Amino acid sequence: MDSHFLEVRNLKKYFKRTRGNVHAVDGVNFTIDKGKTLGVVGESGCGKSTLGRCVLRLIEPTDGEVLYEGRDICKLNKRELKDLRKEMQIIFQDPFSSLNPRKTVLDLIAEPIKFNKLIPNASKADIENRVLELMETVGIAERLINTYPHELDGGRRQRIGIARALSLNPKFIVCDEPVSALDVSIQAQILNLLKKLQKELGLTYIFITHDLSVVNYFSNDIMVMYLGHVVEMAPAAELFRNPMHPYTKALLSAILLPKVNGNPERIQLRGEVTSPIDPPDECRFAKRCNYLCKACSAGTPPLLEVEPNHLVACHCIKPGMNILQEQPHLISGR
Amino acid sequence: MSNESLTKSMTGGAAETGENVLEVKNLVVHYVLKKETVEAVNDVSFTLKSGRSLGLVGETGAGKTTTALAIMNLVPNPPGVIKSGTVNVCGHEMLKLKPIELAKIRGADISMIFQDPMTSLNPVMTVGNQIAESVKLHEDCSHSQAFDRAVEMLELVGIPGARASEYPHEFSGGMQQRVVIAIALACNPRVLIADEPTTALDVTIQAQVLGMMSELKTKMNTALLMITHDLGVVAKMCDEVAVMYAGRIVEKGTLEDVFNNTMHPYTEGLFNSLPKIDNRDTELKPIPGLMADPTKLPVGCSFAPRCSYATDACRARRPEDRYVSDTHMVVCTAYEDPAFHIEGWQ
Repeated sequence: MDSHFLEVRNLKKYFKRTRGNVHAVDGVNFTIDKGKTLGVVGESGCGKSTLGRCVLRLIEPTDGEVLYEGRDICKLNKRELKDLRKEMQIIFQDPFSSLNPRKTVLDLIAEPIKFNKLIPNASKADIENRVLELMETVGIAERLINTYPHELDGGRRQRIGIARALSLNPKFIVCDEPVSALDVSIQAQILNLLKKLQKELGLTYIFITHDLSVVNYFSNDIMVMYLGHVVEMAPAAELFRNPMHPYTKALLSAILLPKVNGNPERIQLRGEVTSPIDPPDECRFAKRCNYLCKACSAGTPPLLEVEPNHLVACHCIKPGMNILQEQPHLISGR
Repeated sequence: MSNESLTKSMTGGAAETGENVLEVKNLVVHYVLKKETVEAVNDVSFTLKSGRSLGLVGETGAGKTTTALAIMNLVPNPPGVIKSGTVNVCGHEMLKLKPIELAKIRGADISMIFQDPMTSLNPVMTVGNQIAESVKLHEDCSHSQAFDRAVEMLELVGIPGARASEYPHEFSGGMQQRVVIAIALACNPRVLIADEPTTALDVTIQAQVLGMMSELKTKMNTALLMITHDLGVVAKMCDEVAVMYAGRIVEKGTLEDVFNNTMHPYTEGLFNSLPKIDNRDTELKPIPGLMADPTKLPVGCSFAPRCSYATDACRARRPEDRYVSDTHMVVCTAYEDPAFHIEGWQ
């Protein structure tokens, strides 16, 4: 049908609550090409983790299509999905709670291999060899094969998580805040490892994070989410050079650079994130936006390609026209 | 108390800039367990003047929080033992006082903001009462006066005063952290310890909270000890920086000293581990290896096993404090060779 490795169309996930539906992911579209990385950024509660899980169908999407190499994974039955899952893996945020504390490193990494019967008629030695191979790939010393997770530090535990994901020779990995729980010196080790693996194994990543400097370092394209909507999407360098959406601008200005006098005045946002429960049909950022104009309450702004490959969802920004820059008098400055 | 008298009491009690309000000398804190001893803080000394801010930087397990707890004399005992050292807060020897005397100082002269706002607030008490509680403990006033003060404090940190009768769960994370800050500042302390105050918050909310803290700091001339692992937060908030590794301060100086004239290999390693926002293609250079095990610290420099510049001399004996200028201190044996310098970070 087309050449995209992964294509997501109008993906929606609503969670039922007594007070109404939480619109966690609300009509998200994107594509990723093979061997590339899509960075997803946004604040807590913006739906980025839900999106990552929906793409793998770890939670059932409410609506929409996820085309993986042209096949819609939302329509697969259990067995087909199990086969496909080998190719798509996830690395979780918290290396402390995502590993079974009663299993050794060997058991943990061998588990997916055994479960999926990856090595036919595998003997114990075969599996152990494969585990040792994986441990070497992710950089865990051989002597640790019989240790338990609590004996290891966060960096090593996260490496186990990566080894488990790699054990099935996946093509596609969702990395859900893989370095957020780690110290900076360890964080850099894991980021370099993920980058090296991508190069060697041709992996495709969705990289979910709230840390903008990490996502800039790691991604080809960046998607900025706000309350379940994509507000801006562009190649990483372009997004950092020319952020257009008021939310992206505020987000980028909130980055603290480790430099003396490196942090000029920031764009301060007002208020708090609005409730995602049955939000009204208007720009979801309107309540916090510094540039509120009359159009903001006129329905949800569509995501438009304002410049080549640069998509923005804002009533004030359309192809060839950016009211925020050209006609500031139309905007009621708060 | 009216708004005017509140402001008066806030500025009236403030110390003049330049006076030492916090002095920590040769602090050693160990956690003595059955089988082993965790050497959490090993000989830490620093001073903080009123109106100034010091950033205490380091990774998990460097001893930052233990240092802060020792300053408040709150180290859990057992297993924590303050082996030696002195802590002087506005003229009070914190480590020698009786609990009843400490209670008067904590909250009034020195207060602390803890990392996690969710667990440091009482879930069954309204936020107004929680702020008022601290005011009543330290000032001779009725409950309604204290509550009025609580409402004013809430407004000071940007929360509508009408919400004083709400419970912590009704607030978002950023607002809860602001409530914690309001409690800490309610009695106008001269020293404020902030232990990772924004780590649990989103970037835009972090921006709000940090902005508010520096505003309050200027207004009340409070001395701020900022504990963080985020060098960006330090650059924004602090005048001075102390970098901790394995329970010791390995480099200390003004912000310019440490950031623009980095000397310690560990500090260099920290900077090199951070992705550069303005240059996507710089490769990250992580510090190899892991944090030293605080139960088995090496004889020599604790950082030597991870240090690419380490020599036999580094491994053989403990490095000494070395002042390279009036303000800039580095704890590194390699500088005994006058020609030694680090490669520098981009």
